[in-house]
Amino acid sequence: MPTDPATTDRGDSHLRIVWVYPDLLSTYGDRGNLHILARRAQARGIDVETIPIAYDETIPRSGDIYLVGGGEDRPQTLAAQRMRTDGGLQAAVTGGAAVLAVCAGIQLIGEYFHIEGNRIAGAELLDLRSDRGESRAVGELVGEVDPRLGLPLLTGFENHGGRCHLGPAANPLAKVLVGTGNDGATEGAWAGHVIGTYLHGPALSRNPALADLVLSWALGVPLTALPPIDDTWPEKLRAERLAAVLPR
Amino acid sequence: MVRAQLATALVRTAARLSRMTGRGDGSVIGGRIGLAVEPRLLTVLARGRQVALVSGTNGKTTTTRLLTAALGTLGPVASNSYGANMPTGHTTALAQSPNARHAVLEVDEHYLRTVLAETRPRVVALLNLSRDQLDRAMEVGMLADRWREVLGALRDQTGPDPTQVVANCDDPLVTWAASAAPNVTWVAVGQRWQEDSWVCPQCGAHLKREGVDWACPGCDLRRPQPSWWLADDDTVAGPDGIRQPVTLQLPGRINRANAVTALAAAAQFGVRPADAAPRLAEVASIAGRYATVERDGRSIRLLLAKNPAGWLEAFDMVDRVSPAGAPPPPVLLSINARVVDGLDTSWLYDVDYATLRGHRVLVTGDRRYDLAVRLEVNEVPFEVVDTFTDALAAVPPGRLEVIANYTAFQDIRAELGRAN
Repeated sequence: MPTDPATTDRGDSHLRIVWVYPDLLSTYGDRGNLHILARRAQARGIDVETIPIAYDETIPRSGDIYLVGGGEDRPQTLAAQRMRTDGGLQAAVTGGAAVLAVCAGIQLIGEYFHIEGNRIAGAELLDLRSDRGESRAVGELVGEVDPRLGLPLLTGFENHGGRCHLGPAANPLAKVLVGTGNDGATEGAWAGHVIGTYLHGPALSRNPALADLVLSWALGVPLTALPPIDDTWPEKLRAERLAAVLPR
Repeated sequence: MVRAQLATALVRTAARLSRMTGRGDGSVIGGRIGLAVEPRLLTVLARGRQVALVSGTNGKTTTTRLLTAALGTLGPVASNSYGANMPTGHTTALAQSPNARHAVLEVDEHYLRTVLAETRPRVVALLNLSRDQLDRAMEVGMLADRWREVLGALRDQTGPDPTQVVANCDDPLVTWAASAAPNVTWVAVGQRWQEDSWVCPQCGAHLKREGVDWACPGCDLRRPQPSWWLADDDTVAGPDGIRQPVTLQLPGRINRANAVTALAAAAQFGVRPADAAPRLAEVASIAGRYATVERDGRSIRLLLAKNPAGWLEAFDMVDRVSPAGAPPPPVLLSINARVVDGLDTSWLYDVDYATLRGHRVLVTGDRRYDLAVRLEVNEVPFEVVDTFTDALAAVPPGRLEVIANYTAFQDIRAELGRAN
């Protein structure tokens, strides 16, 4: 059940992760990012509440982290319209909440995107606009993350027909080494505590440090303040994937 | 006609050579050669036969096998029983059974248009639509659109024996596509995986579900009344009060559901459920699937699961208990992500593996680390092994359940020698 936005506020002793419209936006294993964030927080002794918000529910303003996933054209359009009417996500971001938006999600939180020739207005959390590329970008992606974020190489799988064009208020998340991303040169975008990416895998399964960055934002601590946890398997997965696609 | 005869002869020769030289089972190469000589070969070979097509995301091969068994009561049946489900495979199947008056063809869901046009089937059975290999296939909503177009065009069909569609009314995408067709028999065979059908394919509103029933609040799309359904675990209910007990060797609720579709489709050819049911009971394994193979004291059962919906059905088949209070059997999961499997492994997170807790779980395959990370997040204890042989060595004599996706399954079959 959704949390009543009127009776909760940020700053309680537990971390609230809101999953926006899983019934519309969960085409590419998106629940993985939710479970990975929850697990990594719990491993640090932090209580977590995960709050899936269905399309016909109100988005609470009091979440610490919001996840927006991938979807097909029709659901994506529906989600954009509903998100704009609701306004909860935009209010939460103004209040400092962190956002991770993936695939259709990155387009949804931009200014607008295109579906079947129509321009659809987005949630306007990032200064970017999306249109359709000449061909679908499908395959492994590796990128060098914006050094200001202090993360290792970004790895994931992309599958999208859209291209993102960033405005001056959005920073590219990474410089593309392998793959396409936004436009062949950069991948994803970030500003403040909002991150958008095209990467599946899901993204956080292959990029545990990115998960920790989002957690550190939500907790209001530096990334280095999070105690390390056992990442044997995610590290093996990263190594295997990077070795499979990076030139030797 | 001479050209078609020559082409047909070439199909058979090429298929035989392929088998003799051990290159394959011959089900694709023959058709490819034949179609090169006579592009209309499939149309020519289908002419004069009573054809049934079977399509959908999951259960195609099994339902094709069950329907072939049912129609066997009428005489020889041509079928692409090895799962070669594109026109080359159909051409080979028909060329190899020149005397079969009936044919049951499994059709890749992206080839429905072509095969429908070329074979003018008596029956088209449509099982389900869900996400599958999204990196190379179209999104499932788009596929439903295509189906609807193709099936709507059946309204322009002329001549005797119009095509009858047999479709699953529990799947909103299938229902929407099939409801464009002029003649539909609705079967209720369930939909365990619902993540791809929350939104009305017709108007985009959010579908309302209540038990098995579903309806769109925004338009007139709703679950049609079925005339065939699974009445209980071993009874198929049909029109005119039919109550047919069905006992299968194949495991799982999904295969009993496939049997409902097979009986409903067979009835369109005049086969009574009472005559068909014993034939269904004889089917023990399908291209190695569900087969139990004995090796070094291990009884290894092979289950194929290619996408999230398929995994949910496979879990339903895994033995929960062993006799005499022994622990439940170990389960080996094997995942590859080669081209035919789909290159994106994100779907692993669409499957809840929690149901495997209590089993000893081993993981292998090209993408075993993806699976390891997934199971860790799912809090399912696991062991990573590098090969299938290592997995066999790691488990004690007795049962071993194996669930694998497409090429992982083929690799294991190859290691075991052609099991079947």
